[in-house]
Amino acid sequence: MAFKIVVCVKQVPDTNEIKIDPIKKTLIREGVPSILNPDDANALEAALQIKDELPETEVTVISMGPPQAKAMLTECMAMGADRAVLLSDRALGGSDTWATSNALAAGIQKLGGCDLIFAGQQAIDGDTAQVGPQIAEKLALPQVTYVSKIETVGSLSDASHTMTVVRTLEDGYERIKVQIPCLITAIKTLNEPRYMSVRGIFDALQKEVTVWQAADLGVDATEVGLDASPTNVYRSFTPAVKGRGQQITGDTDRELAVNLLQALKSKQIV
Amino acid sequence: MAVVIKSEACKGCKLCISACPFEAIEMQGKVAVITEKCTACNQCIDACPFHAISREAANLKEADLDAYKDIWVFAEQRDGRLMNVSKELLGEGRRLAESMGSDTKVYAVLMGDAVENLVQTCAAYGADGVYLAEEMHLSHYTTDGYTKVLTEMIECYKPEIVLYGATHIGRDLAPRVAARLNTGLTADCTRLDVSVAAYKAYAEKYTTLDTSTLDAASQDRTLLQTRPAFGGNLMATIVCPKTRPQMATVRPGVMQQCEKDMTRKASVIRIQPALCETDIRTEVIEVVKQAKAMVSLSDAEIIVSGGRGLGTEEGFKLMETFAAKVGGTVGASRAAVDAGWIDHIHQVGQTGTTVKPKVYFACGISGAIQHLAGMQDSDLVIAINRDPEAPIFEVADFSIVGDLYKIIPQLIESWDDIMYTA
Ligand SMILES: Cc1cc2nc3c(=O)[nH]c(=O)nc-3n(C[C@H](O)[C@H](O)[C@H](O)COP(=O)(O)OP(=O)(O)OC[C@H]3O[C@@H](n4cnc5c(N)ncnc54)[C@H](O)[C@@H]3O)c2cc1C
Ligand SMILES: Cc1cc2nc3c(=O)[nH]c(=O)nc-3n(C[C@H](O)[C@H](O)[C@H](O)COP(=O)(O)OP(=O)(O)OC[C@H]3O[C@@H](n4cnc5c(N)ncnc54)[C@H](O)[C@@H]3O)c2cc1C
Ligand code: SF4
Ligand code: SF4
Repeated sequence: MAFKIVVCVKQVPDTNEIKIDPIKKTLIREGVPSILNPDDANALEAALQIKDELPETEVTVISMGPPQAKAMLTECMAMGADRAVLLSDRALGGSDTWATSNALAAGIQKLGGCDLIFAGQQAIDGDTAQVGPQIAEKLALPQVTYVSKIETVGSLSDASHTMTVVRTLEDGYERIKVQIPCLITAIKTLNEPRYMSVRGIFDALQKEVTVWQAADLGVDATEVGLDASPTNVYRSFTPAVKGRGQQITGDTDRELAVNLLQALKSKQIV
Repeated sequence: MAVVIKSEACKGCKLCISACPFEAIEMQGKVAVITEKCTACNQCIDACPFHAISREAANLKEADLDAYKDIWVFAEQRDGRLMNVSKELLGEGRRLAESMGSDTKVYAVLMGDAVENLVQTCAAYGADGVYLAEEMHLSHYTTDGYTKVLTEMIECYKPEIVLYGATHIGRDLAPRVAARLNTGLTADCTRLDVSVAAYKAYAEKYTTLDTSTLDAASQDRTLLQTRPAFGGNLMATIVCPKTRPQMATVRPGVMQQCEKDMTRKASVIRIQPALCETDIRTEVIEVVKQAKAMVSLSDAEIIVSGGRGLGTEEGFKLMETFAAKVGGTVGASRAAVDAGWIDHIHQVGQTGTTVKPKVYFACGISGAIQHLAGMQDSDLVIAINRDPEAPIFEVADFSIVGDLYKIIPQLIESWDDIMYTA
């Protein structure tokens, strides 16, 4: 029997390229490319590596977002995913992580469930790292987060139905055996995501991205969207910069160093 | 609540379009409309010179919010040691409790096996009471075990606020608990307020926010949870108006601990967790502490950080000598870590450690926003960089434009002479 894997992928602005307008104090989004969230590329790669081993495996990528996210999903198919689903509806807009995970969990259920779910640890725009665990909770699955290594994946014919993974901690790591089905969140060190192949791109362009709306998912405004979300943004602003301090002057490197130390000393901090 | 544009008031000037960080506004004919990409971040509201954009409140059915009281701190322990971030949160809990009124108490939630000895530590750092849940299956953290016990405690005792450290454990546990309780969770906060007046004062002093709509006399004590998003490019203050508890994970190293006072006492409420083996669907096979010593960046008073400007791995030898001379700890930018010159444990910034030392030396670091996010609250920042245009100088108290390989040896040589003579 084939393994069924779902990978949650999000389209994000490349936050590295974002700059702040120093006068208007707003973000400059112009010309900032939209990309596949970096951790999600690792999540997809992990799924594709299982497919490399067990070619029967079916890998589905799922995303919630505006219609523009189709391009990213096509790229995921060009990397090797078998099919792609986009949850897109005005009613889903403004969802916080609680509501986002409701929509994604409903989408995964509509797919008929699966044996394994991969998500990224964190999206680089919302930055919460909450959606993965919340999908797992809503599907009543066990989870392992911050996964940096997948050691073994028990095949489904194997009675134990477990996999062994490495979860990183700030001061080391733990090896965890987890029951399948489960949800795993990937960090950057898990693997090196592959590139799209020419063949893959050709095949992906022949495939359609399935689009589901809120009604297709059977979710309503108490579960998804802005009004259903328990959290709201109260205010938002760009961080203030502290402003330039004093430039130390001096004719030689020695003078510069001495003048700095004198200035430091006068502050009586050190 | 949705953000909407009143089409009759819109003059089509397009200013809101460039203000929106999410490309969520489009022109339809002569007027702007907000699309489904909108995250209700509010950035466009002030950008419209014609006051055409506003927030519409939805009719909410309010839960019985008054049934919830007190502040809980998840007292994270590993191997019987209380994490520093939990001490910081107890301190922050005390400060919040003070502005909420004398009937608000701060509780630590201590889970583990044979961890009763930490009750006194929690008290010393500010807990009025400790919920103590001891059970064999809680000896090591598991998502399933901790989620079950903690959610049941929250359902039973109804705290108004629950705070977790934004650690690999806190960020695994808190979202799961929030989903089970159907309440909101704010991620990785760097500031918390329960008073609009205090929030307004902060916003006026440190941010670019237009505070004219904030009412300093408001008695509202909703938890205002401020956090960086968008890779540190945007700060958002999040509220959780309709559900309880209000929950947040808080970044380590940001909040202040209280003065430790071992004479403080806390009441103990013992919880009998109902857990069995089958509740836990993961098995921790082994826990490995990495042999390398924990670099205590978050506690360091002086940090000397090196970046890509060091050029080679050898550069960190110079940084170590410098650190030894000034009694500091070595930090690094991500570029230096990614180059393999130094371990990630030294990384300062958004995806590394947040630090707040008395003195921060940034040597050969350009000052990317993600780096600044982790160090800009340092008391004093000193930047040494060859490039006079480097953004790091924008946050530096003292700047030296020059070659770090020439300046730092001079600093090392002159340090004792200048610092230790009258
Ligand atoms: C400034 C700002 C601050 C916010 N703060 C909060 C907050 O504190 N709490 C809160 O609940 N919400 C918050 N939100 C809302 C939150 O960003 C959205 O709910 C977002 O859809 C998901 O959160 P994330 O980007 O943090 O994802 P993360 O939880 O960081 O994403 C983790 C993984 O989940 C999967 N995933 C996430 N989103 C999707 C998707 N749309 N489609 C497919 N897979 C996905 C991906 O695999 C991803 O790698 C905030 C929004 C803004 C604009
Ligand atoms: C999601 C995300 C998270 C990130 N998180 C972090 C994080 O936590 N921490 C972090 O640091 N970065 C982080 N980054 C990376 C960040 O964007 C920058 O790429 C990084 O901080 C750059 O490091 P740097 O300043 O050392 O290198 P560079 O930007 O290359 O700067 C090197 C500097 O050294 C100067 N220099 C060169 N030679 C000399 C010399 N001989 N003497 C003096 N000066 C010299 C140069 O003028 C230059 O300014 C993150 C990025 C992303 C996308
Ligand atoms: S509220 Fe924020 S996301 Fe929505 S349209 Fe305005 S600026 Fe864009
Ligand atoms: S800024 Fe105001 S007036 Fe100008 S386009 Fe936007 S909504 Fe219309």
